[in-house]
Amino acid sequence: MTVGLNAIILVSGLLFAIGMLGVLLRKNTLVIYMSLELMLNAVNLALVAFSRYNGTMDGNLFVFFIITVAAAEVAVGLAIIVALYRKRQSVMVDNLNAMSR
Amino acid sequence: MLDVLFYIFAAITLISALLMVLSPNAVNGAICMIVSFVGTAAIFVLLEAYFLAVIQILVYAGAVMVLFLFIIMLLDVDNEDNTYLKDKMTLVASIVGFSLLVVLIVSAFAGANHLPETALLPVDANPSGEGVGMPFTTSAKSFGYSLFTKYMLPFQVTGFLLLAAMIGVIVVSKKHQEVEK
Repeated sequence: MTVGLNAIILVSGLLFAIGMLGVLLRKNTLVIYMSLELMLNAVNLALVAFSRYNGTMDGNLFVFFIITVAAAEVAVGLAIIVALYRKRQSVMVDNLNAMSR
Repeated sequence: MLDVLFYIFAAITLISALLMVLSPNAVNGAICMIVSFVGTAAIFVLLEAYFLAVIQILVYAGAVMVLFLFIIMLLDVDNEDNTYLKDKMTLVASIVGFSLLVVLIVSAFAGANHLPETALLPVDANPSGEGVGMPFTTSAKSFGYSLFTKYMLPFQVTGFLLLAAMIGVIVVSKKHQEVEK
């Protein structure tokens, strides 16, 4: 493959920007959470590219740990969202504004 | 040939990510997200990180997204008032912020005066692992070797984190009953 490092980092940065757009734009907490996962995934892509172009294994190991932590984080976060839904009967962020009133 | 594959998979990843952000239905969004993760896994394969590509498909596209789909269908929160975006002010602000970020990224990595870049090393360019860190290999064996030598402490801490997450999920999702004393 003759694609340079910049092209891969560009894809990674654009994925991160799309994830940020989702976090800012959407009302549904579940979709916001999926966008956060997308941002994490963009960072994974950047780390793998750096690791490959640097010729060391450490970036790949970081990605391994990030995937593990992300799986744990998703389990806890979705449990929190379910608990929130049981309490408030809604997961839309503009209905969850008790602290701004 | 591989370059063309990279551009195809990068386009698939980006377009399905954008579809996930913009699709009104959360279930469709989750399916687009799975496509995006598979595209990322394909880019991992092109970067010769085969083990991570498999892990990405198993954990992200498999376990995590199935959990997401399960919760989305369990809660069944279809947009009752037919708006899935926030109000106009937030809409404009987030689109302007997104455009600025995209301009920044594109000018830093693809413009006329982009950042300097290094060429792709062949995998066996550094067989003895001279210099810093472990040499890049494609075998899963090097993952095991690194995990049990250099990254022993993070490995143990991650195992403990998984235990903590499991206990946390059980505590959070348990029904609260009044404690009587």
